[in-house]
Amino acid sequence: MHTKKLSEMITDLRNKKISSVELTTHYLNRIEKLDKKYNSFITVSHQEALESAQKADKLLSQNSANLNALTGIPLAQKDIFCTMGIKTSCGSRMLDNFISPYNATVVEKCSQAGMVMLGKTNMDEFAMGASNETSFYGPVRNPWDTSCVPGGSSGGSAAALAARLCPLATGTDTGGSIRQPAAMCGLTGLKPTYGRISRYGMIAFASSLDQAGPMGFSAEDAALFLNVIAGFDEKDSTSIDNPVPDYMQDLNNNLEGLKIGLPKEYFAESLDAEIGKLLQDAIKIYEKLGASIHEISLPNSALAIPVYYVVAPAECSSNLSRYDGIRFGHRAENPRNLLDLYERSRGEGFGAEVKRRILTGTYVLSAGYYDAYYLKAQRIRHLIRDDFIKAFEKVDVILGPTAPGTAFPIGAKVSDPVSMYLADIYTCAINLAGLPGISVPVGFKQHLPIGMQLIGSYFREAQLLNVAHRYQQQTDWHLRVPEGI
Amino acid sequence: MPVTAQDINRTAHLAKLRIDEGEIPAYVRNLNNLLKLVDDMSRVNTDNIDPMSHPMEGQTQRFRKDNITEENQRELFQTIAPQVTEGLYIVPKVIE
Repeated sequence: MHTKKLSEMITDLRNKKISSVELTTHYLNRIEKLDKKYNSFITVSHQEALESAQKADKLLSQNSANLNALTGIPLAQKDIFCTMGIKTSCGSRMLDNFISPYNATVVEKCSQAGMVMLGKTNMDEFAMGASNETSFYGPVRNPWDTSCVPGGSSGGSAAALAARLCPLATGTDTGGSIRQPAAMCGLTGLKPTYGRISRYGMIAFASSLDQAGPMGFSAEDAALFLNVIAGFDEKDSTSIDNPVPDYMQDLNNNLEGLKIGLPKEYFAESLDAEIGKLLQDAIKIYEKLGASIHEISLPNSALAIPVYYVVAPAECSSNLSRYDGIRFGHRAENPRNLLDLYERSRGEGFGAEVKRRILTGTYVLSAGYYDAYYLKAQRIRHLIRDDFIKAFEKVDVILGPTAPGTAFPIGAKVSDPVSMYLADIYTCAINLAGLPGISVPVGFKQHLPIGMQLIGSYFREAQLLNVAHRYQQQTDWHLRVPEGI
Repeated sequence: MPVTAQDINRTAHLAKLRIDEGEIPAYVRNLNNLLKLVDDMSRVNTDNIDPMSHPMEGQTQRFRKDNITEENQRELFQTIAPQVTEGLYIVPKVIE
């Protein structure tokens, strides 16, 4: 069942060949049997899943015309989305005891579409990381090679998908946290335009960068899922009121006349030779499909990492100031006074990487440093964004690598946190500019997956999905399954 | 100017974060490494460039009419609080 394509599962559900309860039970059993190898789930919501599946089966039996395509389909939610009555930990000791009193809008939308939540997936603590090694609940293992990381911060969602423990999953992306684990686990992951998907109930890391997005096995799956979760939300003041198209509609559009840009900065000598070759193979396929290839330049590319690692920690230091041990979350025992309560609750509740980023953020925002660091970074952010706007005057879509390398061994980068930051080198500029980006599987280096990133202009998710889909019709990288699954 | 242990202590105090003495050298080292990485920013001329906090040009925070739209759900929200008495959040004594 779990090796079937999503479209086949949907057909089977509609034809009553299988029920949602059977499908859900199948996945719950797989998770129980296999997830100890990957540690991809923090919470499995057995009872709620079966109840949702029963409700979905009832809807399906009524054969009503308005049913969402994904009715009865199971999914995994990254443990950053508030789920009413079910633990939401954000991968942190700070929220180990947190039961949210409300649902995130993304969770509500999935529920209203009749989808079945299997559980909450593991993640880097507070979404800060690129390897899923900073979680309070232990590292996640890559199903392609369990000695390796799955990428992060949506590593749990990525591993659960790759191990076929769920057919769809949500992720969030602040500097690459959907795209990079998608690349490292052979999946398709989309970060939409900033403001496309509601952030209400999505625990905030960096408010001007965070975006939720669909993760699955193909652009087609991502399109079906994006149809469910995209849209304006009154409750999110950064939500953009743009109409949501049917993302399935343009999937099969012809690519004749499409202009693809290759940033010379992404294809420099420093790019891994094997990744470069796989991307050239992909480029040849796009040329055969009728696209024209153009060299472009994103001159301020090299500044994306410095700017990101000033802006994101600054915003995180502000967002994480709400965790004070007073109203919810971890509280230190026997506080001597209020200051001690704050300092120890936060010192105990947060892991090392989170503390590092809070300290960095507080430092760059503090008096005497604000202008040189934070304000400077915001001005350069403008330049980085303008590079993309200029490029999109010449081309429709930008193509490049998603990550500088394949999944690395667990523990390989923990002693030098700053070296880990370079994993975001191709992805974080896209968050700074607020643009949509998708990672699709483009091949393997030895036994480990490689991803290709496609970047589109604002609100051009339909085009991105179309460009990704046409490539997936010509290749089978996205259909590969890890050995033994 | 490199960051010192004193800077880390001061910053930790601002962030209300307890850092163990033994961990301070690692935090100093890591923050200095990051600031080295970030130093490239100073070489770019950004005179006359506006700072950007929202990725979309011209976007501002949306306002809504000042009407009451929420119900008081204090009891529900306080079920997850560490210490509550008669609807009040309890903290160590603040005022002498």
